[in-house]
Amino acid sequence: MTGLLEEMTAKALKLNIPLSVQVDLTYRCNERCVHCYLDHHDHGEMSTAEIKHLMDEMAEAGVFILTLSGGEIFLRKDFFELLEYARRKRMFCVKLKTNAILIREQEAARIRDLGVESIQISIYSHRPEVHDAITLIPGSLKRSVDAIRFLKAQGLRVVIANVLMIQNMQDYKGVRALADELGVECTLDPTITPMMDGDRAVLNLGVGNDALRQVFRDASLVGDVDEFCAVATNPDEDALENLPCSAGHTACYVSPYGDVYPCVQFPLPTGNVRQQHFLDIWRHSDQMNDVRSIRVKDLSTCTSCSHVGSCTRCPGLAFMEGNMRGASTQDCQKSFARTGVPSANMLAKQRTADNMGYSNLGQTSLGQPSLGSASLVQIRVLPASTGAAAPSATA
Amino acid sequence: MSKLYMARNPRVAARSLDGEMMIMSGRDSTLFTLNRTATILWQAADGATPLDEIVELRICHEFDVDRSQALQDAESLARELATHEILQISEEPITQPALQSGSSTGEAR
Repeated sequence: MTGLLEEMTAKALKLNIPLSVQVDLTYRCNERCVHCYLDHHDHGEMSTAEIKHLMDEMAEAGVFILTLSGGEIFLRKDFFELLEYARRKRMFCVKLKTNAILIREQEAARIRDLGVESIQISIYSHRPEVHDAITLIPGSLKRSVDAIRFLKAQGLRVVIANVLMIQNMQDYKGVRALADELGVECTLDPTITPMMDGDRAVLNLGVGNDALRQVFRDASLVGDVDEFCAVATNPDEDALENLPCSAGHTACYVSPYGDVYPCVQFPLPTGNVRQQHFLDIWRHSDQMNDVRSIRVKDLSTCTSCSHVGSCTRCPGLAFMEGNMRGASTQDCQKSFARTGVPSANMLAKQRTADNMGYSNLGQTSLGQPSLGSASLVQIRVLPASTGAAAPSATA
Repeated sequence: MSKLYMARNPRVAARSLDGEMMIMSGRDSTLFTLNRTATILWQAADGATPLDEIVELRICHEFDVDRSQALQDAESLARELATHEILQISEEPITQPALQSGSSTGEAR
């Protein structure tokens, strides 16, 4: 995040405004991705009226970036009614996350008409036999790629999201080439999220340390490899006062059942919009305020870690490990793969394991890079000297 | 001198944050912010009120500013925002259809 968006986020933080909210409209899906963390049954989704009411409350609360996701959003029969409602106020910058297999020319045109900012589409491989084996839907790659072409033909911004796992580890360059051919952006993410019920077996699909090291040393992804893989210098005191991330500070997540969480990857219940006003939850939930109170200096193991100044520790993943003030092992592994230096958390676990007679740092295998070249949002600054400032200069 | 009319592009997202207008252009995902004065012009861009009237009523009335200079600056701002397609400008009043899907011919813009 750079420039104006960073400035606006800082302002929103100061004013306690939820600038960015992701709403999952459904957990139902027409794909069955092997790594997915969701249970695809409908346990009582919010109705059309409830979601519209939530949008009204979010507008009142100051939300600007509204991401509609799922599950598969196009399985909601009222999807376009909801999208139209969201855009009618012209306040929300709407982003969509979808597998896109239900998007044809007509849907693409409707999305264009409604002024959607971007559409993020999951592509796992440029090879149908790999992509379709992950989604478990034959023909799904072709459907998704066709949809990207329809959306691009409408002049829309499309971002391919490429989740990296054992099955598609060798294909990320092919996906990037496909993105180039289609004229769209591409992001790469090796994070596998534990299942919503806490089952962590799915994490075994994550790429290993060696593969992660290979990704971090790919200059086409990270730019200057030496700089990217360098161990950060000791952080100053200011860095220890930093916020761990935007979850609960300027961003939050609402499930299809109305539950509000700090982030989609941070399943700490803070309230439900079916019972409370969205803004009341945002401002007054004890859990939200607890998340908000955490500073880097409060992190139990991480403050003594050599990576504390550069780690992309996810508090949600730490929470799912049992302590939102603790380390996130996936991010420790990432820092290790990037620099070759084990984290304080890994060393502590190593000592414990040694005492018990087993362990091998090299066997651990997960990570979540935030790659410099894989930004989801492009921001360009309108120079202050343009017309925006002109009238006031004469005032 | 001909009149200039301005209308906000219905495909952008805009909202005020602490007195500044944030505008996200759907065309190329560019974020703009407008200062308080420019925000006044943006909010008054209804397609029906000519720019000189907006400047007279909303800018000169509120700020101690030379009218011709303010109009010149406002016109420059309007043209700048129009190049980014977040504002439409015309010498005729602008009528915009309500934002809704399903009306598209499917043509690329």
